Amino acid sequence: MIELRSVQKTFGSNRVLRGIDLTLPKGQSMVVIGGSGTGKSVLLKCILGLVRPDAGTITLDGQDVAKAERDAFLARFGMLFQGGALFDSLKVWENVAFRLMRGASALPKDQARAIALEKLRRVGLTPAVADQFPAELSGGMQKRVGLARAIAAEPEIIFFDEPTTGLDPIMSGVINDLIREIVVEMGATAMTITHDMSSVRAIADRVAMLHAGVIQWTGPVTEMDTASDPYLQQFIHGRAEGPIASVR
Amino acid sequence: MTLTGFLAAIGRPVLAALAGVGRVSLFAGSVLSHLVRPPFYAREFGHALMQIGWFSIPVVGLTALFTGGALALQIYSGGARFNAESVVPSIVAIGMARELGPVLGGLMVAARVASSIAAEIGTMKVTEQIDALVTLSTNPIKYLAVPRVLAATLAVPVLVAVGDSIGIMGGWLVGITRLDFNSAAYLKTTVDFLETWDVLSGMVKGAAFGFIVALMGCYFGMTSGRGAQGVGAATKSAVVAASVIILAANYVLTEVFFTS
Repeated sequence: MIELRSVQKTFGSNRVLRGIDLTLPKGQSMVVIGGSGTGKSVLLKCILGLVRPDAGTITLDGQDVAKAERDAFLARFGMLFQGGALFDSLKVWENVAFRLMRGASALPKDQARAIALEKLRRVGLTPAVADQFPAELSGGMQKRVGLARAIAAEPEIIFFDEPTTGLDPIMSGVINDLIREIVVEMGATAMTITHDMSSVRAIADRVAMLHAGVIQWTGPVTEMDTASDPYLQQFIHGRAEGPIASVR
Repeated sequence: MTLTGFLAAIGRPVLAALAGVGRVSLFAGSVLSHLVRPPFYAREFGHALMQIGWFSIPVVGLTALFTGGALALQIYSGGARFNAESVVPSIVAIGMARELGPVLGGLMVAARVASSIAAEIGTMKVTEQIDALVTLSTNPIKYLAVPRVLAATLAVPVLVAVGDSIGIMGGWLVGITRLDFNSAAYLKTTVDFLETWDVLSGMVKGAAFGFIVALMGCYFGMTSGRGAQGVGAATKSAVVAASVIILAANYVLTEVFFTS
């Protein structure tokens, strides 16, 4: 279980996170929604330790993540980055097998490649793609490779940062379905940040809405449409009129 | 302007410069500490060695060739004022080995390599590849900076030695084709006057310049700002900083090596 208590982060004069309180139960898929620039990515990066919060605590299974042994802590996570963040200089299979070939329990090259091919197959890519470089792939294929890399070491917790941004609706649907299937199949805990409502409905068990640096609303996805919170209703229905200023 | 305002105007850039020196020093310390601790990324080191060493040979070689030739012409022309034309082979050899080989080689490598490293790592930063490395339990300094810094520190002295040889050959070519030197006599004078320390001191300078070039490329790449403008600024800063520090370090090393 991941718990955030009063997490704050400021960049210069911009107070991005103003006291985040959020609980992500084990085995659940939580989607964090919110407008552009509201700090959703910063929130994920704070949990992973890529950004150090100014105040507050983040715990994983009761242990303060700031005091955890980094390699062991990060070994429990997989992450799909917004743009894929694939390493340009490595072939597709080497990207997928990157973690498998490093560290104390590094696998032999052949074994790592076999696992990479299996993970690529799992996300719908053929072995022919394995020896290509990321720049030779379309945006949707790069996202799938990123997804294969995120699940390659079978992590307990997977983060997805805007998994459908820049994709056409059909490819978005494919990625959403893959994420849902993989999370259920692996029994992983998942946190996804997005402002794509089709992703929310396809992926989420629980939803949290981030607005003005705090969690504005959180609850099961089944209660999202009937919730009375005006900020949530404006956001999920994409209305220009409402408490959230359309020009920010 | 008040006195305090005037002092503040001077103090701000001085403090900013000192903070910059501090950050670069901490980064250098981090790179050096990772240099001696496993894991070691042999494949990345080999790739960096090819990129920095092998592929820099043409630009360093051409620079040295033309510099050696021009040096021969200048020394001949200047030496003619006091009937000292015969010093051309020895001065070309000593000048190339001690000074022009390492400095021009270092500057050419700075232009080619510091820019390339800063642009590559800067792009990796803005496309979240460095964050991805961290999430994959890989230290970016160890994976990106250490192989490049080590490769440049080892490759540039070899490039300097190659540049010295080609520069001396440039002087010899001009000497025998334009200045009526006898080929065998030119080469014998070069060998007789050139001492081992002349060549070794230049190679030591080369190692220092290689370290500086890669360190600046990695530092500015990893601290690059957002977007194309951020990467462009990082690339420019890496080349400017590497070039200026090379020239300053060259003066210091020359003082240390040749004035005692």
